Amino acid sequence: MSMSANQKKFLLKEKKNRRFVIFMQLLIIITFLILWEVLANKKILNPFIFSSPTRICLTIKNLFIEGSLISHITTTLYEIFLAFFIGISLGFLIAILLYEIKTLAKIVDPFLTMLNSLPKVALGPIIIIWVGANTKAIIVMALLINLIVSIVNIYNGFLGTDEIKIKLLKSFGASKIQILRYLVIPGSKRTIISSLKLNISMTLIGVIMGEFLVSKKGIGYLIIYGTQVFNLNIVMAGIVILIILSFIIYEGVSLLEKKLLQGKN
Amino acid sequence: MNNILEITNLEKSYYTKQGEIKAIKNISLQVKEGEIVTIVGTSGCGKSSLLGILANIENKSNGLFKFSKAKPTIGYMLQNDALFPWLTIYENAILGLKIAKKDTMENKEYVKKLLKTYNLEEFNNKYPNELSGGMKQRVALIRTLALKPDILLLDEPFSALDYQSRLAVSKDVFNIIKKEKITTILVSHDIGEAVSLSDRVVVLSKRPCSIKKIYEINLPSDNPIDNRKTKEFSELYDQIWKDLDVYVS
Ligand SMILES: Nc1ncnc2c1ncn2[C@@H]1O[C@H](COP(=O)(O)OP(=O)(O)O)[C@@H](O)[C@H]1O
Ligand SMILES: [Mg+2]
Repeated sequence: MSMSANQKKFLLKEKKNRRFVIFMQLLIIITFLILWEVLANKKILNPFIFSSPTRICLTIKNLFIEGSLISHITTTLYEIFLAFFIGISLGFLIAILLYEIKTLAKIVDPFLTMLNSLPKVALGPIIIIWVGANTKAIIVMALLINLIVSIVNIYNGFLGTDEIKIKLLKSFGASKIQILRYLVIPGSKRTIISSLKLNISMTLIGVIMGEFLVSKKGIGYLIIYGTQVFNLNIVMAGIVILIILSFIIYEGVSLLEKKLLQGKN
Repeated sequence: MNNILEITNLEKSYYTKQGEIKAIKNISLQVKEGEIVTIVGTSGCGKSSLLGILANIENKSNGLFKFSKAKPTIGYMLQNDALFPWLTIYENAILGLKIAKKDTMENKEYVKKLLKTYNLEEFNNKYPNELSGGMKQRVALIRTLALKPDILLLDEPFSALDYQSRLAVSKDVFNIIKKEKITTILVSHDIGEAVSLSDRVVVLSKRPCSIKKIYEINLPSDNPIDNRKTKEFSELYDQIWKDLDVYVS
């Protein structure tokens, strides 16, 4: 299709604007890193407490060479994946249960609210005593944080089902299972997928919190370990890796969301 | 002609926290095979309740209704087309068959034939959002017809459409029903639609409803749009308008 001159002009302007935004973002990061490095080297910032970009890079490199970095990352990734997967599946099943048994939903409603408003870290020590200071405790911690969000989101998606469509299926003689399978679940696909992003954020919080509490491996552990031996380079390295990891995971889930929502509306 | 449906002293109440809502006071009605009966009444008088009971979606409170067949297949269509946006037109059209576990080769072929007859074949693999309101309504009707219903219950099936498409689609649907010779109970709040489409018009009183009057319609044409131009049409229209006793104030 041919484009009018004005349309071309508009697109060009958009492109320029986008470039400018990216340029500014890079500028901010680079200035920040250089400033940090210079100030630390000139001892204006105490490098022992604040570390510095080169020291962080060096630490990451050493951790990598020494071999522990990859296993820290994979441990954390594994826990994130597990907690995310269990959270979604369990949330889905419980949401179905609540949707099918309306009285149950009424009964558990205040408990869900209570649990939702409770700062879950407070339960950390009990979890450790109950399930032990191991990976299980980390998963339980993460589930405490991501599960309620999943349940509530998916359940609300279910509740949004069009009454007229339910009537229609009933007129075909549909069973409850058929109504779920053909209408309620596919109809809530959008809501469920949109809740994935929130869920992954919650899972990240839960897993790192869990690792702070119990672990012997993982990025959270690395950060805590660095603090204990007062090696701030390790702490900063852990945080930087976590930032990158979270960013990649979050973008991955966003991409997945886009892919899944494409096409049919 | 035999009666396909006999309704006797039917009553319906809803029980809510705010109190009992009596929707149907008493309705007795016989519907003949192949007949198109339209029910008109003011908004909220209990029309949908009646159809819901006949479609086995609502429970009646009292009275009885009996179909001539022991296990009749009932085709039910509501206000909007209620097509599933994530299914293609063809998948939508066979949804009822699937649910009722009647999706045999033969029945699916029948659906394909219906889609073809009613000019929807080229849209088989498209999604509902790519179709006009009228086309979607036709797909919804085909989804219902796929089950080869003994009786069709249509609850204001055109009310979501604008006036232009409404005339066109109601003509389409009317033709389809006539051609497939299906007994139909149509609920409408549009008197013109009622008079131009049906063999009988049942006028209901306000809530809780009972039957106020029944008109036999014998308009000359098979085309509802032509029927609207006749003198009989205007007379019936005025008469029913008076019966409905709608206060515009
Ligand atoms: N599920 C329900 N619970 C309580 N009241 C209802 C319910 N469905 C319908 N009603 C009430 O019953 C009356 C008749 O409703 P309806 O049959 O939908 O009327 P119509 O289709 O003629 O507009 C209305 O007053 C409506 O508010
Ligand atoms: Mg109604």
